Order: sequence, then structure tokens, then C-alpha cells
Amino acid sequence: MAERKPIKGITKDRTEKLIADTLAEMPEKAQKKRAPHLGANEPTASTCAVKSNKKVVPGVMSQRGCAYAGAKGVVWGPIRDMVHISHGPIGCGVYSWGTRRNLMQGVPGVTCFPMDFTSDFQERDIVYGGDPKLDKLLDEANELFPLAKGFSVLSECPVGLIGDDINAVTKKKEKEFDKLVVPCNCEGFRGVSQSLGHHISNDSIRDFIIGKFEFKEEAGPYDVALIGDYNIGGDVWAAKPILEEIGLNVKSVWTGDGEVEKIAATHTVKLNLIHCYRSMNYMCKVMEEKWGIPWLEYNFFGPTKIEESLRAIAEQFDDTIKDNVEKVIKKYRPEMDAVLNEYKPRLEGKTAMLFVGGLRPRHTVGAYEDLGIEITGSGYEFAHQDDYDRTAPEMAKNTLIYDDVSEFELEKFVEEFKPDLIGSGIKEKYVFQKAGIPFRQMHSWDYSGPYHGYEGFKVFARDIDMAINSPTWDLVKSPF
Amino acid sequence: MSAETAVKFVTPTPEKEIERVKKWINTEDYKEKNFARTSLVINPAHACQPLGAQMVATAFEGSLPFVHGSQGCASYFRSTFNRHYREPAAATCDAMTEDGAVFGGQNNLFEGLENAYALYKPKMMPVYTTCMPEVIGDDLTAFIRNAKQKGLIPEDLPTPYANTPSFNGTHIHGYDVMLKSILQDLTEGQSVEGKCTGKLNIIPGFDGNVGNLREYKRICDLMEIPYTMLADTSDVFDSGCDGEYKLYAGGTKLEDAAESINGKATVSLQKYASTQTMKWIESEFTGQKAVLPMPFGVKKTDELILKLAELFDKPVPEQLKKERALAVDAMTDAHQYLHGKKFAVFGDPDYVIGIVSFLLEMGARPWHVLVSRATKKIKKELDALLETSVYGEGCTAYINKDLWHMRSLLVTDPVDGMIGDTHGKWAARDAGIPLFRIGFPIIDRVNLHRTPVIGYQGAINMLTMIANKFLDIKDETCEDQWFEMMR
Repeated sequence: MAERKPIKGITKDRTEKLIADTLAEMPEKAQKKRAPHLGANEPTASTCAVKSNKKVVPGVMSQRGCAYAGAKGVVWGPIRDMVHISHGPIGCGVYSWGTRRNLMQGVPGVTCFPMDFTSDFQERDIVYGGDPKLDKLLDEANELFPLAKGFSVLSECPVGLIGDDINAVTKKKEKEFDKLVVPCNCEGFRGVSQSLGHHISNDSIRDFIIGKFEFKEEAGPYDVALIGDYNIGGDVWAAKPILEEIGLNVKSVWTGDGEVEKIAATHTVKLNLIHCYRSMNYMCKVMEEKWGIPWLEYNFFGPTKIEESLRAIAEQFDDTIKDNVEKVIKKYRPEMDAVLNEYKPRLEGKTAMLFVGGLRPRHTVGAYEDLGIEITGSGYEFAHQDDYDRTAPEMAKNTLIYDDVSEFELEKFVEEFKPDLIGSGIKEKYVFQKAGIPFRQMHSWDYSGPYHGYEGFKVFARDIDMAINSPTWDLVKSPF
Repeated sequence: MSAETAVKFVTPTPEKEIERVKKWINTEDYKEKNFARTSLVINPAHACQPLGAQMVATAFEGSLPFVHGSQGCASYFRSTFNRHYREPAAATCDAMTEDGAVFGGQNNLFEGLENAYALYKPKMMPVYTTCMPEVIGDDLTAFIRNAKQKGLIPEDLPTPYANTPSFNGTHIHGYDVMLKSILQDLTEGQSVEGKCTGKLNIIPGFDGNVGNLREYKRICDLMEIPYTMLADTSDVFDSGCDGEYKLYAGGTKLEDAAESINGKATVSLQKYASTQTMKWIESEFTGQKAVLPMPFGVKKTDELILKLAELFDKPVPEQLKKERALAVDAMTDAHQYLHGKKFAVFGDPDYVIGIVSFLLEMGARPWHVLVSRATKKIKKELDALLETSVYGEGCTAYINKDLWHMRSLLVTDPVDGMIGDTHGKWAARDAGIPLFRIGFPIIDRVNLHRTPVIGYQGAINMLTMIANKFLDIKDETCEDQWFEMMR
């Protein structure tokens, strides 16, 4: 990959001075802890110098969530035909109910469950333990939702602190129900962010789900699984048809609009295609080791990356697929050119700063660049070293890289770099909009979407143009 | 391979089965099984204590809420407020992790207080807890005292704290204990024998509607009653966009809160969200005290205004008399669109009591009334309220039931509309009825948090929203021959 052109005005001195000035306002201990997480980008370095996946520095106002959020919100919640039980006090389940936009098909309450199921722990459950309640509530759930294909039990903080054994309960109930009943010890205090929740959930899938089902139909040469697409705003529904159009047979989706039996039978596919590497690489590696299934990262944001990805996918298959890929690329190019013709003139030369979860701070860069927007800073809430290593070459030299950025830091960075757009989360959104800076929520697609695939890029381009060029921003400065 | 671990085949559920269950979940038989639940809660209409604590902790000038416990909790509270108000919701957290579970959270609290103070320069940092420190039994009194002794934060920085375990009570109880703690802290040593500020202390309670708070203030202004709103979120959670982000965008002034102990009178407008606070105020504050119902509808607004007139020996101003008449005019003009209509109502107890009262005034029938975690006292009060009107006949109040119970009620015993927060939208959709969004949180419509629903003006607003929606439905769904110019 060719290194990006330097961005005008972005120099090593300026970026490093900005970091130093920002750190200088912190107490000494916090400075020491935060300094390794901030840096100027070096695209050609073999490993990104910015440190990651460390504890939140107390009190700085981090935007991170917890292991439970990573488990419930990210991995489990989108599996549509299971009942997901938030096991513990009332809050966690309520706050994560319907707030991620992982859309699903089915009949709510019958075949899909976009709902909040909880054991609503009371003091007596803390004192005497919650296992008996869990046993009973699983009976109730199984009776009231007979078509649920299984149950996941997601532990909240107190469960791990009081010494409950949810694994014993789920094992017993699985036998009784003859259905999947899966424990997930994802207490919010575990690890340093959502990320460990992904990992623990992947481990639960490894230990309690994968391999328990098989497809009735015979395996074919084009069988693949789509891993790490959570159907935010309908992303899966924009991505899966492209894979089908090039002739692949998408046997299961992890986990957006997902079906648990198909997920359990994924060990029979020929190739795993992974979009969100951060949250699902663990199971790809497990399937590779145990069943010899290769896996390939791809990127469906923006036409450049889509074309690159489709050709890379084609390389894994025969000429039939290769021919199909070229046909598909040719078919959609005029549509994409029309999008670019419409929006690029209005967006060319603008800059944006990103701060999202574990994938999009690098994966969306190409889509912005397709529109002529340069990314001057990027960072992750909960990425690891391998994510930052993948990020460095996607960013121009000396741009700002920030890990687990605090509200204080991000405000300083934005003040200096003055981007035309910020792509980040709901907690950051209104801070920057008050300052008159256009903003798009990049976790939830700001209640829009899909953003994946060709259909998604049309929506993305429209939304980014709308955000930056809305006439409402012209009203911010008052004449009096 | 044993039979137990035999691999199964991926099997789609037969359409016939889906149809059967789809019908079944709408039956009396299902309702019975659903109501027999003792352990599983489905779609609750309440949240946890620290959320309420955070609302209070945000509502004072220069105050930075500080969560002692898991980082994820802080993010959940913040994003809940962000989504409802479409506003920033700053709060810090000391991000306890596994080692905190073993050794306790004192080190996290030390570091967190020091950093938060240095970076965000608050005038006050109220501290409240998540489940984790509550389960392991952290001693906040000692921890905070130690932090000050070590000089990590100034000795004179107010750091009121509240224990807000999520496995006890709901968000309104967190609101209550945090408010009490802040007032205890700020008023300490401020009581002066014989001194009276001449002001009204007004406690709005856990209210996500900043329009309501502003309406209270407007009423006080009209009556020329000086006031201090205790826990004033109105400017914090509804600030303008002028190109500059202000971390501390408003809230009750700390000196006003400190002086509140010498007030002329204290009025709470949410009985159930201020029980402990009012009990403490009763014994510590000078002046008169009154706990009034939330002023939903005309009669309960009358009650507030009469009480204020009495407490401050003021006449009811002409403007309020006029506004009352306007509300009554709107209600008599439009009564035909609500009269006899059946409603399902859910939410926090003080809100629900108010809405039920308004519906009864309109001749509407609050058919299914639900408070998802409540005491028998609340049930009793609701029953008594329903008994005050013939339109309450046949109506039922449910406590400790959730929105999946509500769904069963809606499909087996249908009503015309539902009133509650956004979480009711699935049940309303399944029942084919409109959801009127009054409550917290509202995360799927804009600006409703700015539209008051209390007071005379609020009565007109609710009436407008409800009546016009019924008329929209009529226009959108009637056959051609019934479509007409006037309604």
C-alpha cells in the first residue's frame, strides 16, 4: 500500500507539542500513565508506538464501557433467536436495551427477542446467592418463549463477587431443556474495557456452541461465514447480498441478525470473512486451529476498500468467483461514481477526526478519503496493539493517534486541529456540536445506516455531506 | 459420541409453529402464565439507583458527578442522559477493576478524585456508587476523608456521597439519597436562628422534562415568589448552541443551596422521589414544608398554586387565573376526543399518579396503570385516586409488574392509547395503539423533554398531543366515505 500524502499543516512538531501541552495540565501520575497512549503517526513503523488495552486512568472521563457491554451489546445481543438474560441488578439490561441498533428479522417475542430479560437482583439475591433465581427464571423464559433456540446468561458485576456458579445452573438447564443454555462470565469489572467481554463471549461460543450443530445440506466449495458484522442500521443486509452476488454461499452471520444454530454449524464452512477483527478474531483463530478454516479480513466501507476486499476474497477461490467479482465491481462502479460526483465536490479538502470502538477508526478511513476528506486524528476506545499496527499505514504521517482518549484530551486536540467533522460516540456528540463542530455518531450511524457495502456508501456519503454542510451550522454565530 | 453430545441439524422453526405461538402470546392462557412469573423480569420500566443520583449530582452549579465503581456503569448513565436530552452529560468514574474487587476501591477513588479535580476544576464532586463497591463494602466516609487528608483534593471541596446499590430500589431512590446528601453537606453549619431568606425551596424530583422545571419557575415568577430550585437540571440538560461548550452549563448555585436551610418554605413535587430528603428537611430546615402531588392537570395545579399563595401570603395573579381559564377552555372544547377513551399508563409513581389524575379530569379511563417497582403504599394511593371518579371504575393499578405484563394486558383487554416513556413502543405497536411519550427516557422523538406537561400549560400540551394523534389516526385509517373536512 502506498503511503498517504502528508496532510498540509500536520507536522511532527505540531502534533508532539499538542500532546505535550495537553499532558502538562494533568497530575504527574496521570501524565505518566497517559503519555504512552498518545503519539504522532509513523505509517512505515513495523509496530505502532501507541500503547493500548491498559486500565482506564481513574477520574479522567474515559468513554469506555465494560466487559458486560462488550458481551451483551456487541456479541450476544444481535443473535436474534436466543433469549439473552442480563443476570444481576436491573440497570445493565435497561441501559443496553435497544441502544445499539443491531436490527433483526423475526416476530418480536416469538422468534426474535429485541427485549430486556433480567433477574433484577434484590438484596436477598446478593446475600443468599442468585443461582436458585436463575434456575427458576430460565424455566419461566423457556415456558413463555418456547421458540427461542437457546438462552445466554450474561453475568453482571455482583454475580462474580458473591461466588455464584452460573455454569452449574446453565449446564443443568441445558440438559433439562435440550436447548442451548450458555453461561458468559462477563462481569463489568473484568478487564479494562468492552474488549474482554468480546473475548469472554468468543470463549463461551467456543466452549458451549460451536460444533453442536451441522447444516442438513452438503457443504459446498463456496460456503463462507460473515464474521464481525453486527447489522448496525442494517449493515448485514447491505453486505451479505454482495457476497452472494459474487457467488459465495453465506452460511452464517456472526452475529448481526444472527441465528444461533447456524453459528453453531460454522465449523463446516470453507472460509471465514471477518469485518470486525477486534471483537471476533478469537473465534476465527479457534476455527482455524481446530477445523483448518482460513480467515480473511475485509473492509466494506467505501468503494475503494470494497473493490480491494472483493479482489482479495476472489483470490481465495476459483475463476468463477474471480469473474463474478470483476462483473460486480463493473456493475456498481457507475453507481459509486454518481455518488462521488454528487458529494465529493462539496467535501474535498475537509478534515475529520475519529474516535470509535475497535475497528472503525481505521476501517472507515478509506470511505472518508473516497469523498476527499482527510483524517487528521484517530483512535480507539478499546483496541489492542494489533489494531494500532493495522492503523498506522492507513493514516498520513504525523497525524494524531490517541488511545482511550479522555474528554479533556479530545477537546484539546479538536481545539488545535479544528476538524470539519468528528466521527465518534453519543457521549462526545453534544460536547462538540455545542462548539459548532459537525458530528456523526460512528457507533450507531447516528440512527441512520446501513454504512456497509455499496448501498451503505450511498447513505454514508449523504450523511457526511449532510453533517458538514447543514445550513444550521451557519446560525451558531449570533449577530449580537 | 454419546447421545447427549450428538450433533444436531440446523432446523428452521416451522411456519405453523410460529403462527401458533404468535397467536398464543395474545391469549388469556398466556397472560395467566405470564403473570405467574416470580423470577424473570422482562422489559422493566425502571432503572437503577445511581442513574437518579447522577441526575441530582449534575444539577448544581460547577458540580461534577463522580461514579465510584465500574467504568461501564458511568458510560451507561451518561449515554442514557445524552440520548434523552440530546445534550452532553459529563461524569467521571474511578474505574474499579478486578484488583479493586480484591483490595477495595480506595486507591481508585484517590487517583480519580485527584485527576478529576485537576482536569475539570469542579466546585463540588458528589460521589455515588455502583454495585461493585456496594457488594465488597467500601467505606466511602473513610476513603473520602483520607483523600482530603492526603491533599489530593482541597479540604473545603464539597464531596457529598451516597450509597446507591442497584440491587435495591430504583433510580428515584438514588435521586432521593443523593439529594439528601448534597443538601446535608452544603447546609452544614448554615442554619441561623431567626434568619429567613424569604425564599421557597422547590424540589422537582426525578423529572426528565426540563420544560416542567422551567414551568415551575415561571409560576413562581408570576406569583412574585423568590425561589431556589433544589437540583435544577434545566440549564444543565438544555443549554444553547453558541459555539462554545460549557462543561458546567447551569444548575442550582451552591450558596443558594447552602442558604436553603433558612428558607421560608420547602415544597417537594415528587413525594416518592424525595421521601428521605423531605424527612430530613422536616427536622432540619426552618420554614414550612409541604409535599404536593406533581401538578398534572387542572386540579393538581390549583393545589400547587393555592399552597404557594398560602405559604407566601400572596394573591393568585391575574395571569395565572387567565391561564387556568385557557386550560379549562381547551379541555372543555376538546373533551369529546378523550372522553371515555381507555389508556394504559406506566412510569415512575409520581408521574403515573399525575397522569391518571389528568385523564380522570378529561373523562378518560386510565384502564391499565402500572408502576414497575413500587410499594403497597403507592398501590393504595393509585386505588384511592381511581375511586375518586366514575371514570376510574373498572380500572386497575398494578405494581411490581413489567412491560411484558403490560403487553399481555393490552392484547387481552385492549385500550385506545398508552402513556409512558420510549420503552413502551414495542407493546404499543403489538397492540396497534399510539404511545404518548411522557416520562423518562424519551430516546426516539425530539424536543419532548422541552415541552412541559405540568401546570395549566402542560395540561394543554398533553391534550393537544393526545387529541390530535387520535384525529390523525382517524384521518389516516378511515375509509374514503368517512374522510371529511372537519373533525
